[in-house]
Amino acid sequence: MTTANQTAIAKYKNSFLREVEANVEEGHWVRMCMQCGVCAGSCPLGNAWAHPPQELFMMIRAGKREEVLASDSMWMCTSCYNCIVRCPRKLPITHIMHGLANYAHRLGLAPKGQPTRETATLFWNNLIKKGRVNELTFSLALYFKDGFVQGIKNALNMQAVGLGLVKAKRLNPMEILGGHAVKDQAGFKAMIAKARELEDRKKGFAK
Amino acid sequence: MSASIATSQTILVVGGGISGMTAALEAAECGKQVILAEKLPTLGGRTALLYRYFPKMCHPTCGLEINLKRLKGNPNLRVMTMTEVAAVSGTRGDYTVTLKVRPRYVTEACTACGDCGNAVSAEIPNPANYGLDRIKAAYLPHGMAYPQRYVIDPAIVGTPEGEKARAACKVGAVDLAMQEQTVELKVGSVVWATGWRPYDAAKIQPYGYGRIPNVVTSLEFERMADPHGPTGGKLLRADGKEAKNVAFIQCAGSRDENHLRHCSRICCMASLKQTYYVREACGEEGKSTIYYIDIRAIDRFEDFYQSVQNDPSVTFVKSKVARIAFNEGSGNPVLHGVNTEGYHRYATEHDLVVLAVGMEPEVTGVKLPDDIILDSSNFIEGSKSGGMFGAGSAASPLDVNRSVQSATAASLKAIQVIHKTASTEAA
Repeated sequence: MTTANQTAIAKYKNSFLREVEANVEEGHWVRMCMQCGVCAGSCPLGNAWAHPPQELFMMIRAGKREEVLASDSMWMCTSCYNCIVRCPRKLPITHIMHGLANYAHRLGLAPKGQPTRETATLFWNNLIKKGRVNELTFSLALYFKDGFVQGIKNALNMQAVGLGLVKAKRLNPMEILGGHAVKDQAGFKAMIAKARELEDRKKGFAK
Repeated sequence: MSASIATSQTILVVGGGISGMTAALEAAECGKQVILAEKLPTLGGRTALLYRYFPKMCHPTCGLEINLKRLKGNPNLRVMTMTEVAAVSGTRGDYTVTLKVRPRYVTEACTACGDCGNAVSAEIPNPANYGLDRIKAAYLPHGMAYPQRYVIDPAIVGTPEGEKARAACKVGAVDLAMQEQTVELKVGSVVWATGWRPYDAAKIQPYGYGRIPNVVTSLEFERMADPHGPTGGKLLRADGKEAKNVAFIQCAGSRDENHLRHCSRICCMASLKQTYYVREACGEEGKSTIYYIDIRAIDRFEDFYQSVQNDPSVTFVKSKVARIAFNEGSGNPVLHGVNTEGYHRYATEHDLVVLAVGMEPEVTGVKLPDDIILDSSNFIEGSKSGGMFGAGSAASPLDVNRSVQSATAASLKAIQVIHKTASTEAA
């Protein structure tokens, strides 16, 4: 059985740009980049990135598939939108960064243990259970993601904040029993399944 | 200058810069009756405010002098300064134009002796130096001004200052009772040589023009380099220090969907040219850095670009600067960005930063006749009925050389309209 990754490699061969254009959210904009560098220079977290957006776009055009998809750069984006506002060609850079991250994640190539990726995964898994984010179980999942002992340590560190939230009625301890949900859970699940089906078809993941 | 009577055989040229003068002269020298209307008190436009031209580095006075000589000797051409077009109606071959003539408060008797200027003490920001210095409120626009007549700023009319100017004039040329006039003309064709203006650099928020000291536009820098300019040709900063390490930022407003969509074409050549000014003013100590996306040395000027590349005092950084900060201690602007060649981040200080601002058509935001066709950047493409034409930088972002070519072409088109109208009327 071939994986989605192998299928994509076979299909797009030497043109990673075409692959990005077809499968990545807003990926068709990548060829519009004129390499001016305003996005890279405007990024408040730019010095934390191995490859600024401008360089990622050039790497895509140069066909550096593995390097781009395994990069943690696009995972560093905090959606401040500075780059989008200033881009002289109006590329939706923030969205392309998220699109690349999502595509790399789905292909299984995104860096393991990348904090943004782990948090986003936990958030999603929590959300699709009942259609509502259960803040208590989401926080606990985050605390315990690196093991039981670390989880206890994290929980103790955050104790004061947690109690404060409970007192202010921003956190309900009873949520541990399952928590609140959307009214029509079956409808919610059907909607998610349909959205997933549509997206899989669009991004080349359809079986 | 003869007082020609406008008819449907007359060509109106709007704008008296290098394009308008050329278009008007070409038509007048072909025997056509021409009226040249200029908004400001003098002809010459922005060309007269340049220090040198590229690529030969000669002074604009040369080209202007030749044109003014041709103009003074031509009886077919009538110049109207301080005149703006208020309305145009009619169609190809038969236009009715309404012109508004602002009062100069100085009559044709003026000998440009300068007594009125000496008499008044009120000052206004000097339009010829983009307001970088101040000038007396009774003034000659600049050394190359045509007509060579003083102007009195409306701000002092009706004040004791205005009276001083009037009293000082030995030939009685100051007339403070002058009123705005409206003139209606019949013309056969209109050439719009309305020119360009620099894009408002303050709108490019991350570059801090107007907020950060020592960030100037390329036009202000042109005046700073000119011996007749506000600093007497010295590249002086606001704090009086001589600028030796100068940065040029290309595409300041151009090629940008948030500002001007088009490439303004002249800015790369202008900055390359201005590196000569730095060397001229500072000698061996002068240092220029050009920050660019790609250098577009238009037309045949690649060799000019290469000569600047070979100059060890000039550095090229392939990067559009992302933002400018300010170092309080040194008074230097600090340029932040990422160099595309290697993707290295930089934070570089310079004594002075020159923004190579883009060209915006002067008619942007002005209500033009419905007949006029504009492109997406407000440059004039022509008119629906084919009787009006854009010339020079009103039609496209052009340098002086290409503006003259464009103006000659527009003039020829206008002459054809006149010929066609004449043959129809005869038949």
